Amino acid sequence: MSQTVKVTFKLNDRPVEVLVEPRELLIHTLREKLAHTGPHIGCETSHCGACTVDMNGASLKSCTILTVQCEGADILTIEGIAKNGELHALQEGFMQEHGLQCGFCTPGMITRAYRLLQEIPDPTEEEIRYWMAGNLCRCTGYQNIVKSIQYAARKLRGEPVETSHPLMGEKAAQSEMAG
Amino acid sequence: MIPKPFEYHSPQSLGDAVAMLQQYGDEAKLLAGGHSLLPMMKLRFAMPSHLIDLNRIPDLAGVSESGNEIRIGAMTTENQLIWSELLQRKLPLLVEAARLIADPQVRYRGTIGGDIAHGDPGNDHPALMLTLDASFVLAGANGERVVPASEFFLGTYYTAMNPDEIMTQIRIPVPPQGTGWCYAKLKRKTGDFAAAAAAVLLQMKGDTCTGVAIGLTNLGPTALRASDAEAALTGQPLTADAIEAAAQKVMAICEPAADLRGDETYKTAMAGEMFRKAIRTAMERCTR
Amino acid sequence: MDTVADQTERLGKLEGMGCSRKRREDPRFIQGKGNYVDDIKMPGMLFGVMVRSPYAHARIKKIDTSKAKAHPGVYAVLTAEDLKPLKLHWMPTLAGDVQAVLADEKVSFQNQEVAFVVAEDRYVAADAAELVEVEYEPLPVVIDPFKALAPDAPVIRDDLQGKDTGSHGARKHHNHIFNWEVGDRDKTERVFADAEVTVKQDMLYPRVHPCPLETCGCVASFDKIRGDLTVYITSQAPHVVRTVVGLLSTIPESKIRIISPDIGGGFGNKVGVYPGYVAAIVASIVLGRPVKWIESRQENLTTTAFARDYHMTGELAADKDGRIKALRVKVIADHGAFDACADPTKYPAGLFHVCTGSYDIPNAFVSVDGVYTNKFPGGVAYRCSFRVTEAVYLVERMIDTLALKLGIDRAEIRKRNFIRKDQFPYATPLGLEYDSGDYAPALDKVLAAMDYQGLLAEQAKKRADPDSPTLMGIGICTFTEIVGAGPSKNCDILGIGMFDSCEIRVHPDGSAIARMGTITQGQGHQTTYAQIIATETGIPASMIHTEEGDTATAPYGLGTYGSRSTPVAGAAVANASRKIREKARQIAAHLLEVAPDDLEFDLDQFRVKGVPGKAKSMKEIAWAAYNNVPPGMEHGLEAVDYYDPPNFTFPFGAYMCVLDIDRHTGETQVRRFYALDDCGTRINPMIIEGQIHGGLTEGFAVAMGQQMPYDDEGNVMGSTLMDYFVPTSMETPKWETDFTVTPSPHHPIGAKGVAESPHVGSIPCFTSAVVDAFSHLGVTHMNMPHSSYRVWQQCQALGIAN
Repeated sequence: MSQTVKVTFKLNDRPVEVLVEPRELLIHTLREKLAHTGPHIGCETSHCGACTVDMNGASLKSCTILTVQCEGADILTIEGIAKNGELHALQEGFMQEHGLQCGFCTPGMITRAYRLLQEIPDPTEEEIRYWMAGNLCRCTGYQNIVKSIQYAARKLRGEPVETSHPLMGEKAAQSEMAG
Repeated sequence: MIPKPFEYHSPQSLGDAVAMLQQYGDEAKLLAGGHSLLPMMKLRFAMPSHLIDLNRIPDLAGVSESGNEIRIGAMTTENQLIWSELLQRKLPLLVEAARLIADPQVRYRGTIGGDIAHGDPGNDHPALMLTLDASFVLAGANGERVVPASEFFLGTYYTAMNPDEIMTQIRIPVPPQGTGWCYAKLKRKTGDFAAAAAAVLLQMKGDTCTGVAIGLTNLGPTALRASDAEAALTGQPLTADAIEAAAQKVMAICEPAADLRGDETYKTAMAGEMFRKAIRTAMERCTR
Repeated sequence: MDTVADQTERLGKLEGMGCSRKRREDPRFIQGKGNYVDDIKMPGMLFGVMVRSPYAHARIKKIDTSKAKAHPGVYAVLTAEDLKPLKLHWMPTLAGDVQAVLADEKVSFQNQEVAFVVAEDRYVAADAAELVEVEYEPLPVVIDPFKALAPDAPVIRDDLQGKDTGSHGARKHHNHIFNWEVGDRDKTERVFADAEVTVKQDMLYPRVHPCPLETCGCVASFDKIRGDLTVYITSQAPHVVRTVVGLLSTIPESKIRIISPDIGGGFGNKVGVYPGYVAAIVASIVLGRPVKWIESRQENLTTTAFARDYHMTGELAADKDGRIKALRVKVIADHGAFDACADPTKYPAGLFHVCTGSYDIPNAFVSVDGVYTNKFPGGVAYRCSFRVTEAVYLVERMIDTLALKLGIDRAEIRKRNFIRKDQFPYATPLGLEYDSGDYAPALDKVLAAMDYQGLLAEQAKKRADPDSPTLMGIGICTFTEIVGAGPSKNCDILGIGMFDSCEIRVHPDGSAIARMGTITQGQGHQTTYAQIIATETGIPASMIHTEEGDTATAPYGLGTYGSRSTPVAGAAVANASRKIREKARQIAAHLLEVAPDDLEFDLDQFRVKGVPGKAKSMKEIAWAAYNNVPPGMEHGLEAVDYYDPPNFTFPFGAYMCVLDIDRHTGETQVRRFYALDDCGTRINPMIIEGQIHGGLTEGFAVAMGQQMPYDDEGNVMGSTLMDYFVPTSMETPKWETDFTVTPSPHHPIGAKGVAESPHVGSIPCFTSAVVDAFSHLGVTHMNMPHSSYRVWQQCQALGIAN
């Protein structure tokens, strides 16, 4: 085993400090050392996108970055997408439009879509399909994922959306944690 | 899928990085975007004892214009290439090609320098660099040298870079106004390497080709420049027959490796097909 | 008040069957709070990895684990020698064969499990695995099942030498597993001999892998003091795992707790019991610490359960008007090195005998031979009921072939042969009884929606133009699925009947908990089971908590695969709900002081017939169940139901695909795909549509790109997601869905199951379309996958690539 190195970064707005071997991959640090099991491991070869996190304003596959490379970074995972107990529009959208089934790809999908909507607030279906192509889903066939992202884009632009999920709206995240 | 242990170095300057390369020699690997190297390390095909991360060295990324030349920092990511307004105006070929590389997340990390320096004929930038007459700035212990792309790619994973050198910049002459362009890439799916791809830059006057450059991806041990085809087209009207004759010359230089994407016959035929597609599109985009 | 508005409001609050209720599973997943096996962390947990064979066939001369054991942080290195004293070096498969847990003297497929390294974490384990030194003596490899049956073929299974019978009867060769025949051979032969027209077609259904996004894995934790074993596992059938583990370990099932937590997709990959699970359990028993094993993607794609690999020959006999008189099928089934299919015991070829399809074929005969080769074991049902995808592919290809031969339109020939509505229940010549169906209207609806005649006209125009850069193909498929395994008179696994179960407890406040023997892997059981209960009991779905997957709490069930959850467990849910409702009726009668027969059930209450306003809500009844029950009645409001279905269910559908092929590159563009499904009663239309999208996408992947190829040395090629085709949002077509409703007459709520139909039905539809693009040039069949490369080869062979 090689020497461990201290790495500090911001994870979902909170400073964290970890001791890692240089070879440790960010996905393992997040999941094993920092109890952030939202990002998943699906392929380990940077094809599936289940491990996607947002770092310094970019979507990354955390299976293909070393934790030592993250010194000083600002990292956002699915656990940090909802703010103050309010679900993000994307989280709402995925529920509303049935954008998930087994849920394994979902954290990566939402985290990736989060960055996409920062860059392209009003994407067409073709743009969504193009810019989401780094995330594999085996369940949905993507059609409802596209709709989910369109829903979120509409909501974030302040346009009306149809909200029918009983858990959506105020304090939605909290009520779920209770259930 | 766990890399072997190694020591990690994060030099803050180019000089430090070069010094480390010299110190560790063969034991060291440079880490740019990491999307070729880290998977190989996870499979333990690559087992460096020292990993030198170039990501903390200032000024290695960015796109600028200097005279009639576009200068791209070697650590510029594919995503930065795609969104660069300068490139969209002056080198749309590069933007079109970058959009066809890997997938969105990988493009946030993958760098143009890493793609070139890896020497993998399956990577897309080598053929583009040949087509664009690019040259590469290599920094070493004895300072910088500039190597033209045409002299850079020596074999699969084998380039003109010395082991103690670091690619810092890519220099590309801006093609003349009105140049047509296209990168046609056939792949099985998003994220795949090309089964065959062709880059074309084209200048025309009326129906006549006044200048053409053709590069090929994943069709030989290195990226290829189809000089015979270029010579056959230059000065000629771009008739269907002329294009077909050039396509035959393109296919004649292909020596692809068979893999699950297809056998030699298929890939060679696809080289011809990608060339036909690319030159037709380039013609449409030419200002004559 | 009993106004329409009031009814509507109560109905809305109930969220029962038929509404597109949003999923109860979603909130945890969208917030990263799912609980998958690899998320589980236990104090003192160790990590295990497999050392695997680089050879497809080799004798193991020596294994030296000393260096690995000496590596810091390593706790154990297990080999077959270590497992032998425990008699755990081999394990039973679900198909009546045995499989080596860790290789016993030889390996028979590449990546076979040879040693299991247990270390403090996955990094140390990976380092130590490299230090295990294994000396191999390579043996001749046989990959092709036909060559495997040659007299001088290498012996793949030394352990079976001299055994001329297997669990499915006589073995006629050392690499032969079984022969299974069904139907009337002699009569079928006679019909063929006298037939006006016959067609014959060989086809390969290639080896593919279900490839769920989450790989397989487990955390095994043996408590040495209490003698309890707890295993968190990626299993589609946790109770079956408990029984298998009990059989293997001799620990009583009462001391084994198997938990399938959230499962990241299964698609058949997670039905079996794998060496990694057993090795982790043994390591935990030996070490007294929790041991986690999670396979890599490469391990997943090359060791845990492939699907298909069926070499099929189909023949049809018909009259010159295209009316089919007989079907004859011969199959060579490549099972790899161990027969680890997950089929009901009596059916070594699963439910392949549904291969007469949607057609009234009076005579049929099927013969299937299972064969060993030096490939990894499996033969699971990849998003289908057992071998149904193969069966439907066969009959749909054959009817297309017959149509071509006779020059009859493919829609027309189907209509001429459909089983008519009035023939149901319909007995097939291969021994099945179809429950219900109404095929012709379904096909007509699709033909109209797609403007079939218009498409044919467009295609004719294109075919007449020699300069057209594209070829246009129209695919048709009218399939019948068989799901809901199954009736215990026919179906068991390891001797356990394939019933399923539900247990419901209504609490005093009127809320309820329900547990089933199935386990969701994305199907939305938590949402849809609650809808059934809501409609049947009047308890709002939002008040019902459903739980599955924990053998310590859930009633015994056979699990979720083969679209059996709704047909089997769904029926148990309905029946248990009805038992609750009947008890509720008695209580309500007691409270209202009327006879039970004077009451009628009205959404969420029992009311006295003809007396407006006199009623007791389910909420009131639930409270009374705990303090004011009729004399002689036990307190409480709960019910259990074990449902043994009287028959399978037979969902069906009509699909059409239009695609364009670039004859210069072989690239295929799906222009439209229209899927009409009839799954009987529809519980949640939103979820049904989602399931259909997913099934179509997996069908697209199989038809257009998936394949697990081997070289001659038995090296499995393409074991990463770079090579194994899992389409992204870019490649995946857009889907159009539609439905008809033909309820199952024998199911309590008439539901048939849906999630696998789109996979089963779409694959032959894609092949039908691709072949159709070439059919005017004399092509009658093309094997999958229809990748650009292979389609281009077809163009090249026809001289139209340039």
